[in-house]
Amino acid sequence: MKIYDLPDKHGHFGPYGGTFVAETLIAALDELLAQYQHFRDDADFQAEFAHELKYYVGRPSPIYHAKRWSAHLGGAQILLKREDLNHTGAHKINNTVGQALLAKRMGKTRVIAETGAGQHGVASATVAARYGMECVVYMGSEDVKRQATNVYRMKLLGATVIPVESGSRTLKDALNEAMRDWVTNVENTYYIIGTVAGPHPYPMMVRDFQAVIGREARVQMEEEYGRQPDALIACVGGGSNAIGLFYPYIEDNNVRMIGVEAAGKGINTHQHAATLVTGRPGVLHGNRTYLIQDDNGQIIETHSISAGLDYPGVGPEHAWLKDCGRAEYVAVTDDEALSAFHALCRFEGIIPALESSHALAYAAKLAPTLGKDQLLLVNLSGRGDKDMTTVAQQSGIVF
Amino acid sequence: MNRITSTFSVLKAQNKKALIPFITAGDPEPEMTVTLMHLLVQAGADIIELGVPFSDPMADGPTIQRSSERALHHHTGLKDVLTMVTEFRKTNTVTPVVLMGYANPIEARGYGNFAMAAKEAGVDGVLIVDYPPEECEEWVQQLEDQKIDPIFLLSPTTPKRRMEKVAKLAKGYVYYVSLKGVTGASHLDLVDVRNKLAEVRSLISIPIGVGFGIRDSVAARAVAELADAVVVGSRIIEEIENSTRSALLDNVNNLVKSLRTALDEINGTITSDSEC
Repeated sequence: MKIYDLPDKHGHFGPYGGTFVAETLIAALDELLAQYQHFRDDADFQAEFAHELKYYVGRPSPIYHAKRWSAHLGGAQILLKREDLNHTGAHKINNTVGQALLAKRMGKTRVIAETGAGQHGVASATVAARYGMECVVYMGSEDVKRQATNVYRMKLLGATVIPVESGSRTLKDALNEAMRDWVTNVENTYYIIGTVAGPHPYPMMVRDFQAVIGREARVQMEEEYGRQPDALIACVGGGSNAIGLFYPYIEDNNVRMIGVEAAGKGINTHQHAATLVTGRPGVLHGNRTYLIQDDNGQIIETHSISAGLDYPGVGPEHAWLKDCGRAEYVAVTDDEALSAFHALCRFEGIIPALESSHALAYAAKLAPTLGKDQLLLVNLSGRGDKDMTTVAQQSGIVF
Repeated sequence: MNRITSTFSVLKAQNKKALIPFITAGDPEPEMTVTLMHLLVQAGADIIELGVPFSDPMADGPTIQRSSERALHHHTGLKDVLTMVTEFRKTNTVTPVVLMGYANPIEARGYGNFAMAAKEAGVDGVLIVDYPPEECEEWVQQLEDQKIDPIFLLSPTTPKRRMEKVAKLAKGYVYYVSLKGVTGASHLDLVDVRNKLAEVRSLISIPIGVGFGIRDSVAARAVAELADAVVVGSRIIEEIENSTRSALLDNVNNLVKSLRTALDEINGTITSDSEC
């Protein structure tokens, strides 16, 4: 019997989540919730979703035993859930396929998305091309400059990229702008949110689409290792890859769940994005959750070497899992993430995304403290090809 | 009777419509806000909506977002906004002041703590854009304990059963968003407004203000024919933004006076100012 059944019907995870939006968005969210609840239980929808995940995304993604790196670290065995092998190179596509299929069934002809590093933008542009829909991606003008390759990728896929000049000109401003577009064009437009944040039903829906990661892992662990892992480790920005892995394990109390946030230049420097580790509850982007904010409740600019973790909020389900003690949240610095990035390149021949490198960095800290028979399952949420410029710059190399 | 209710009943007796200008506290700089509030009243405002600056104003267009950014540049926080209201009340005890803003500054302060401080400062109503009726039971209770009116938004997409919900919670007036979009947009559809307001009136007995997309005297007059109050925000902010500091007060004064004149014309009650 299922014990964990959050969110409740109003989208609450304990005190978190909910629908904190202007009246102008309520009708659109009500429509989305009704349609999602309908298709969630629709066999045809689920069959098409499964088919697309297999033949378009390339699932299931394997679990790979990082033997050389584990031996080098001298403790627990590190296993990698290879979301980096998905089409477009990250877990983001699981969610965009699901939402695009829903959009199509809702009769929407235009999809919009917000993006920080550009990964969710690329994943949205990809599915828009695949299903023949117009795609507009909002991206902070600072990010447009920093992520020129991904901007070009989206354009190749037929999307229009709109640079956002307001606020700090980064992800949260892109999100604000996408919400405004949605309010204005709701009749023909579907808003694909890229993470488990935003108003109900997004945190629930995105989790459900990403939960394929954890469901596969349960089967694969049983088949290949005869048991479930001792701990799950995943990076947390908004938290979609982490919740995708964690969710099917929530009732499995023997499995530790560890979310790794970005400590940037250090959690005492004000240049980090460690929301759950350092933040306070508040309301932003349609839900109540932990936020990085000042004493007046203004949202503070965050920093991480990894653009995908550079967000001042976090999914409300993570806020709840933290408060009730089911999951642990820690933070690692830019430097620690970079060091894990290089280790995986050299020991395993895998170039990880900087986001995923945060999870790897914590695994590298934890593994030596545990016995060799312990199994750590790390979500390798994306590949690092997109991060070449950033990493090269850290070594003083300019292309 | 509180200030908002008495203002509407006086206007009704005079067969006049309420003019509600919106400015952001701290824009263009904190020292000017109280002066601007008094000026709005002299130019014909019946109620003042005072924006509490927020870093992420999702429901606003670029104009009001920029005003928030200017105010935040001067570190104008919720506490400063309440200080401004206190200052305003030293010489004006009549004109209602409604705070308008977003949830997080309130969350940071705490509902009860905020409501008490707001009452003490002389605030009459509060509209928090991202507290819809579903999420605000405790919030409304705290406001009511302090006899502050909770103001709610209605939109063209609000269905009947939600209006009934709002009817139970809302006090003072309701704010009907006249178009699908954000503040400052320009595609106001009067036929839509007319049809929807008829439905709103059948369910909600308190006065109805209409805002979003009212950019000139013509639109203000047209909306005043249908509503009890006309809310003008982005257009006034633009005037603040585009004026030199020496001309700012005159320009805002002229704009608000022209709106006042437009509102009064619909009843043939032309004020003496209108000839200027």
